[in-house]
Amino acid sequence: MNELLSLRNRALEEWNQLEHTSEPVIYIGMGSCGIASGADRIWKRASEIIQQENIQARLLKVGCIGPCYLEPLVDIRKPGHPRVCFNNVDEKRLDKLIPDYLLNGKSKMKPLGHLGEPGTALDGVKSFWEQAMLDKQERIVLRNCGIIDPENIFHYLARDGFKGMQKAFELGAEGVIEELKLAGLRGRGGAGFPTHRKWQLCRESNGTTRYLICNADEGDPGAFMNRSLMEGDPFALLEGMIIAAFAIGASLGYIYIRAEYPLAIQRLRKAIEALHKNQLLGTDILGSGFTFTIQIKEGAGAFVCGEETALIASIEGRRGMPRSRPPYPAASGLHGCPTNINNVETLATVPSILREGSGKFASIGTEQSKGTKTFALVGKIRRTGLIEIPMGTSLREIIHDIGGGSRKEFKAVQTGGPSGGCLSGEFLDLPVDYESLAKAGSIMGSGGLIIMDEDTCMVDVAKYFLKFTSQESCGKCTPCRIGTRQMVVLLEKITSGEAELDDIRKLEEIAETVQLGSLCGLGQTAPNPVLTTLKYFREEYEEHVEMKRCRAAVCRDLVEYSVIKEKCTGCQRCVEVCPTGAITGPRSEPHFLDLEKCIKCRACYEICRFDAIAGDAIVIE
Amino acid sequence: MAGSIPLIIEKYESRDKGNLIQILQEIQRAEGYIPGEALDSISKHLWISRSEIFGVASFYSQFKFNPPGRHSIKMCLGTACHVQGGDFLLNALNSEIGISPNETTEDGRFDLERVACLGCCALAPVLMIDEVIYSNMSVIKLKETLTKYE
Repeated sequence: MNELLSLRNRALEEWNQLEHTSEPVIYIGMGSCGIASGADRIWKRASEIIQQENIQARLLKVGCIGPCYLEPLVDIRKPGHPRVCFNNVDEKRLDKLIPDYLLNGKSKMKPLGHLGEPGTALDGVKSFWEQAMLDKQERIVLRNCGIIDPENIFHYLARDGFKGMQKAFELGAEGVIEELKLAGLRGRGGAGFPTHRKWQLCRESNGTTRYLICNADEGDPGAFMNRSLMEGDPFALLEGMIIAAFAIGASLGYIYIRAEYPLAIQRLRKAIEALHKNQLLGTDILGSGFTFTIQIKEGAGAFVCGEETALIASIEGRRGMPRSRPPYPAASGLHGCPTNINNVETLATVPSILREGSGKFASIGTEQSKGTKTFALVGKIRRTGLIEIPMGTSLREIIHDIGGGSRKEFKAVQTGGPSGGCLSGEFLDLPVDYESLAKAGSIMGSGGLIIMDEDTCMVDVAKYFLKFTSQESCGKCTPCRIGTRQMVVLLEKITSGEAELDDIRKLEEIAETVQLGSLCGLGQTAPNPVLTTLKYFREEYEEHVEMKRCRAAVCRDLVEYSVIKEKCTGCQRCVEVCPTGAITGPRSEPHFLDLEKCIKCRACYEICRFDAIAGDAIVIE
Repeated sequence: MAGSIPLIIEKYESRDKGNLIQILQEIQRAEGYIPGEALDSISKHLWISRSEIFGVASFYSQFKFNPPGRHSIKMCLGTACHVQGGDFLLNALNSEIGISPNETTEDGRFDLERVACLGCCALAPVLMIDEVIYSNMSVIKLKETLTKYE
């Protein structure tokens, strides 16, 4: 382990240099979400500015720190000062910000917060971590995201990286599993199976070859926790994989990752290379006698491959179709060998547990659900982004305190993706843990939290998820293949205003059959969005059927667009954008909308600054 | 036959079925789609039938069997994008350039694919043209954006 010590010393030296540098450092958040908001343009502009102004400064790419709604985020560290974070930076702002802050000492742009010691104020700037969105969070698995350069192994090492692995080697395989048992870690992929039991089962299975698979096929639409984590701190996942492989006795590991995540794949490849270079992967890791390598397998776009037996079929080069269990992969998995499959977040949490001790982890959370959980907080909410909270935090705290509430009236929160459910306002005080969510008819899932407001139609949401699962159904078992399809047909009937009340009963009946009769988790949980919306928002279904009305004005067949004459200023902007020429009228006079020609494309609604044209729910008779 | 295909196939061990998906991915990366003749070459190399290869390839939504347009549009229809009006964008694409998902425009300018999630849910609705992700889209912004591509 002497090699690790010297690596760590070198890492600390490099990190301290960065922390106490005499030249300024500019950190730019370059996760996929940052890049989508223009961080790559910011990066380019920043390098131009420091060249033009002849500023001796270093540019550094970091991952996503969480508050996506504030992207792009730029942190600047001046010598002798902590990192100060600026939000919603565009090229124009950057042109002023860098010279103002670095050369003239003060910038007109208000900083978001500083990343130094929490609880301290600096020139009137509060700590970044004390913002409303971050104050209630607890960062264990995300602790490095946005802080370190995800492509620099020394940054990871300097922040206690590989101390968990070192501890694991000291404890031995059985000791590691015992430690996880004491910590109470449960699978973060959604089902919440105790991780230590999974490892123990695989370890005890007969066989000479064992495999470890990391399930990074984050397929739930509306969830991006694993992507952010792999992009922002790939080493944490890899360290977790080394520990897991050591505990179960595997010498080959796979990361099965979605091809839609090119940046995460690239960062993982670089990280794996860096580990090999420093003897942290490969033959006889740091002289421990333990040998382990990791391969990346890119998924090819099939949601069902998140199911473990389907995932294994896909790695073997076959159609990703699940099979019935038992035997479980722990007994017979990849190529018929004992295989352990864990989710990204589960594995990335492991190093912290070993490093800090199981007691600390177990002290966070509830009786049954320990530790923290990451969530992607999205939808109709003010502060969107990636969060990590202690288990047991209430939905109200997440939505109101962290997320800042929704702009319009809150209607529902959807958890668990296509396998989860929609919970209404009465559940806001529900603590977020595996058991409570399951009791309410939803699931923890991998961590998508989608907030819906009065502009969301719950029948449409159910239809959306069922369309998704029916398309992604692999077709192997009949209840799922035919059942989900028939549910879509019924939901389409309802949203187009052609259904009868009996169709709601049929829908319920099919939903229950699919739940009971399907082969794998995809089918068994596919009806959840329908069942929960029927349970908590039944009146919306009935309105669609009986009154042919969609109160959220979402279902196209049930709404008509019209011009409110009193409000129309006759600005002609809608006339210009209408693709079918449905809107006519002379300038400065109220316009006329021809319903025969209107295709309900929403262009006029968007362009109309005065809300004169709105998708008002009107009954079709 | 497109020149890159034999080179790609030869890199992989013969008769090792486990590499099928990887081979298909590499061919698609090079050619933009899976040409019919690629199935024959893979079949001979891996010793599996053409129909089995097609069975695997058509199972996964990533693989295309038609030549792509000059620019590829990936319309995200994840939950967040749906809730924020992604469907309107899909319809707008249809009325602007006249294509539905999995089609290519007649002039070969665009092809369109709907994807479940691009992982930028906080910036919804989003769509991706070639390698660029456009966030917080609206029907109006989309129309402007399309004019940038020839």
